[in-house]
Amino acid sequence: MIIPRLAFKNIYGAGLRTWLNVIALSFSFVAIIFLQGLYNGMNNQVEKATIDALYGGGQYWHNNYDPYDPLTLDNAHGEIPAALQKLIKEKKAVPILIWQATIYPHGRFQNALLKGITPEQTILSIPTSVLKTDEETIPALIGSRMAKSTGLKKGDYVTIRWRDVNGTFDADEAKIVETMKTNVPDIDNGQLWIPIKKMRQMTAIPDEATIIVLEKGSQFNEKFDNWKRKNLNFLMKDLRALFLTKSIGGSIFYILLLFLAMLAIFDTQVLSIFRRRKEMGTLMALGMTRSKLIQLFTLEGAMHAILAAVVAAIYGTPLLIYIASTGYGIPEVADSYGFALGNRIFPVFTAGLIIGTTLLVLIVTTIVSYLPTRKIAKLKPTDALRGKLT
Amino acid sequence: MNNSYLIKTEHIKKIYPMGLTTLIALDDINLTFKKGEFAGLVGPSGSGKTTLLNIIGALDSPSEGSAEVLGKKVETLSHRSAAHLRNWYIGFIFQTFNLLPVYTVFENVEFPLLLQNIPSPKRKKLVMEALEWVGLADRANSKPAHLSGGESQRVAIARAIVKKPELVLADEPTANLDAENSHHIMRTMVQLNEELKITFIFATHDEKVMRYLKRKISLNDGKVEKDEIFELEVKK
Repeated sequence: MIIPRLAFKNIYGAGLRTWLNVIALSFSFVAIIFLQGLYNGMNNQVEKATIDALYGGGQYWHNNYDPYDPLTLDNAHGEIPAALQKLIKEKKAVPILIWQATIYPHGRFQNALLKGITPEQTILSIPTSVLKTDEETIPALIGSRMAKSTGLKKGDYVTIRWRDVNGTFDADEAKIVETMKTNVPDIDNGQLWIPIKKMRQMTAIPDEATIIVLEKGSQFNEKFDNWKRKNLNFLMKDLRALFLTKSIGGSIFYILLLFLAMLAIFDTQVLSIFRRRKEMGTLMALGMTRSKLIQLFTLEGAMHAILAAVVAAIYGTPLLIYIASTGYGIPEVADSYGFALGNRIFPVFTAGLIIGTTLLVLIVTTIVSYLPTRKIAKLKPTDALRGKLT
Repeated sequence: MNNSYLIKTEHIKKIYPMGLTTLIALDDINLTFKKGEFAGLVGPSGSGKTTLLNIIGALDSPSEGSAEVLGKKVETLSHRSAAHLRNWYIGFIFQTFNLLPVYTVFENVEFPLLLQNIPSPKRKKLVMEALEWVGLADRANSKPAHLSGGESQRVAIARAIVKKPELVLADEPTANLDAENSHHIMRTMVQLNEELKITFIFATHDEKVMRYLKRKISLNDGKVEKDEIFELEVKK
């Protein structure tokens, strides 16, 4: 126990120098945990919003459906198998018919995807109930991004032109019945949501659909010809790949923070060893072995991290709890981030994150503290007493 | 260990490389010291006093020859064994006191005992005894920065004797002290030598110290010039 006791005494005795290091390191602790918590919260939020508004509990895709190739849409529809129709009747699934069209907002030409959906559905968090209307005009629901890019607003009429299943061109006016504010760009950009019944009439493909969205938590997994079951892991693959890219970018920040903190510790250790050569000589003359000296100096460095963790816990805990409960506001511009971000991100600080970060900082600090002390192993007591470093 | 001597050096030579040439710091030193001696290595700067003291204290080893200290051959000791020898049997007093600034007087004196893993109650007793010997029991909680030079050197003496060593090596112990403090320090060490039978070896060129020595070994250019023993009690 002599080494921890001496190490504590020495760093406590170093006064302001110690506290400056400890405070700098504690900032790193809090910042790393905050950033990671923010990423965790953002990922959770985005996943939840995307599942709620887009993927539900998984989907069935028509075999010809390729979301990356709109030209396949003409053939990407088929009759809904009986088992799935039963789920739709029980409101445990919702069919969506996707069709390519051209719209002419304010006389401009623009490609768009028409998405036919049951207005009464409750499986996706899309306000489709606004599509229930007695008017003859096609009611259309668009997202705020689509509204912005087309200049359309609630109550506006827009001409839609499409080709039915036989290839015949047709056109009609649609009325924007609502613009929805959504965090999920994939239900917004370039899309018009209209009642599926109307759309089936427009395309002349009654009772068909492109995809079927299952309710959340659905275990339904039957196999059908022409239809493929897509589970959430598959559907979220791209999004999770995007998370990974973003978190690699985010990691650079915390590696930088960690690097700066470690530089301070390394610098302190090098300075400390240089400044305390004579003290080291005295300790050796008093009978301390080189290995004990190395332990002492390494522990002194590592203790900075322990003290920093304590200091960080004192001010960081209430701060992070507050941010986790009130959320962290993000500017509108972050909408172009590629994620379904809300106005506020609610960071998630898990025990694993906190313990993992603490251990990581402790281990890295110990290694960084140890590196300069290796010089002590070559130190001759007589040189140290004379204030020389060999 | 041979009972007739505590330290025996045979044909010790210490050579330092100096660029392309070498410096011979010690040349064929043959000396023995008995238990209870109060001896001094005297001579001008560069005569090899401190080098010899460092070899006797197992802080350095000879380039040639042999130094036997308390039955151990210094030149064959591992770092760990040398540290053990210093910790248990040898006390050091330095010209610049070398007290540890962040520790109190008590903790500075306690330090060698901590390295020996002596239990706390016994440690406390030994530290207070040592501080009483040097007359600083009332300054136990002071920090070195608040002590005078004389007081600091007395703390260093207490730290050297607290473990009841066989041998105390003092390198210019009075060089940073005024005359009054120098005499005070030397009187304390004479008393410790006489009452506790601790062997003292000094490296000094201070005339004030020389007056107290019972044996004076004069070194010059790394060689022993004279080895004088004073049978009569020194004037104090």
